[in-house]
Amino acid sequence: MSRARSKYNMTGVYRPRSPFLRWLERRLPIGQLIYSEFVAYPTPRNLNYWWTFGAILSLMLGIQLATGIVLAMHYTPNVDLAFKSIEIIMRDVNYGWLLRYLHANGASMFFLAAYIHMFRSLYYGSYKEPYELVWILGVITYLLMVVTGFMGYVLVWGQMSFWAAKVITNLFSAIPVVGDSVVTWLWGGFAVGNPTLNRFYSLHYLLPFVIAGVVVLHIWALHVVGQNNPAGIEPKSEKDTIAFTPYATIKDSFVLGLFLILFAWLVFYVPNYLVHSDNYIQANPAETPSEIVPEWYYLPFYAILRAIPNKLLGVMALGASILILAFLPWLDTSPVRSARYRPLYRQFFWLFVIVCIGLGYLGSNPPEGWYVIFARLFTVYYFAYFLIILPVLGLVEKTKPLPNSISESILQGKTAGAKA
Amino acid sequence: MIARTKLLALLFAAALAAPAVAQEGPPAQTPPKLTWSFAGPFGIYDTGQLQRGFKIYREVCSNCHSMTMVSFRNLADPGGLGYSPEQAKALADSYKLAVADHLPSPQEAVISAFPIKPPDMSVLAKARSYKRGFPDFIFDFFTQYQEHGVDYIAALLKGYENPPPGVTPPPGTFYNKYFPSHNLAMPQPLFAGAVTYDDGAPQTLEQYSQDVAAFLMWAAEPHLVQRKRIGFQVMIYLIILAGLLYATKKSVWRTAEAH
Repeated sequence: MSRARSKYNMTGVYRPRSPFLRWLERRLPIGQLIYSEFVAYPTPRNLNYWWTFGAILSLMLGIQLATGIVLAMHYTPNVDLAFKSIEIIMRDVNYGWLLRYLHANGASMFFLAAYIHMFRSLYYGSYKEPYELVWILGVITYLLMVVTGFMGYVLVWGQMSFWAAKVITNLFSAIPVVGDSVVTWLWGGFAVGNPTLNRFYSLHYLLPFVIAGVVVLHIWALHVVGQNNPAGIEPKSEKDTIAFTPYATIKDSFVLGLFLILFAWLVFYVPNYLVHSDNYIQANPAETPSEIVPEWYYLPFYAILRAIPNKLLGVMALGASILILAFLPWLDTSPVRSARYRPLYRQFFWLFVIVCIGLGYLGSNPPEGWYVIFARLFTVYYFAYFLIILPVLGLVEKTKPLPNSISESILQGKTAGAKA
Repeated sequence: MIARTKLLALLFAAALAAPAVAQEGPPAQTPPKLTWSFAGPFGIYDTGQLQRGFKIYREVCSNCHSMTMVSFRNLADPGGLGYSPEQAKALADSYKLAVADHLPSPQEAVISAFPIKPPDMSVLAKARSYKRGFPDFIFDFFTQYQEHGVDYIAALLKGYENPPPGVTPPPGTFYNKYFPSHNLAMPQPLFAGAVTYDDGAPQTLEQYSQDVAAFLMWAAEPHLVQRKRIGFQVMIYLIILAGLLYATKKSVWRTAEAH
């Protein structure tokens, strides 16, 4: 019996300490649930820092909910008052500026963490059998985040808010036959107006709770099958795993600390770094801004939309670029999960990361000249990655031999590190 | 069908279309980066500069531009212009207004003389910017450059000049080398000596434009000083916290490596 084991009680049975907790536990075993899922829960011993972003995302959702609920107490969803009410929050509500900057920049940090979390899953194959459902629930969460973030941006009712709402809702007019009726239905009128703002406000308040629900399913499904790990192999013995608390908890907390430093830098020092200055001009339906640019986290999709000269095809590509993620578990034919043992896949993966960032840059620039040509090339690669490269690569790639166990892969890593 | 055509125009043209009054001519110049007391992690407003800027706003800008989000009481807020509550009240009294009232807006007759309504100045310093481009926008994150708006406004106020040969601004507009389309509906508002300073600061166009831009920054971001002060405390706290968490993590994981 090792010291660590006796110290942190890894037997898996929760023993309530006080009479009250014993009373509660006999009627509602919530203590046992928390204990077995977040204390004794075995995590692979070799998880690296990229695995801390799940916890960070949970905290970001909490921050967005908490700040958002208080902001909603001061916000007025009316086309004549929305912009003004936000300025009142910024000036006259106690620490309103802090709440508002936390919420606005929190959305960016939320997306940043989500993108890191998603790319980590791609790199280590965390969508393959038996993680299909974990992955799909994650894609649904992301889709809900995209919708919620967009609606929140519209609530500001600045010029960018208004014109983004107009451009994005107008995309539905590309649907044959019923397109225009759908857009009218979405708007609640014949233009983006007060009914539109009101329903966006209602849904922006509702959807985060739906996200929270899907996240619970996501974590539940994850805890049923057990976490993936950098070696991409199943834990075989107790030596391969380690208790969630304190090991994963303290590791997550440390990276969370670093993440919050970055967040605080944005909020306190450059709170408008990610904001288009036009969004400090109140929405004016009569005046088109000189450029219409979405928030940074939508730019790659915006580039894909504009890369295709046909409107209907562009809208379909935009939708497909997100929906295709849900099919990823079956598009990747390789039985090996981790990119560590897939030398070719690793190169295509990093190229994919560069292409996504490149699409983001192109999305922020006007669709003309070389920008369009590169946007088209990158769009082709984006889809080819999923539809051609991943299916074919699994069949032709010669993968490196997998380690026998997680503890062996840790030893391999250590000797490699010692040699280097 | 009309909606579709409109959308196409939005998607494929709006992003590259210059403002409606665009004309041939050189592209707008990039505003020079000036030194601001409120820039950087420890930035604070220069009380004297804000008071001078407010004087310019009252005597010149406020004839056409409203500032509906700023109240007289804000003039006595900490981290701002540095007036006492009594001074703010006295000023409100001189307009026959209460200290909680907003600054008075210009006469409707004056505003309607312009083809475009002069914008409200409450958040103008955050509503104006200029393109930084790659890679400058990345450095801006680390150098905490957030003064795009004030640099642009200060440059614009001294950017009036005769149009280059062959270029005629449309009637009712004035050539400005920093304005994106060059043709600005606002005639040059400030001239050297137009506003009398009582603190001995130079009464030059250079000084005026920087002072009024600083005042507009305060109007747009009145809690900037508080934000940066709290930000420093939060940073110190988080850095110590992260350090302690790292040490704890090291210590806890040593027990994991023991077996």
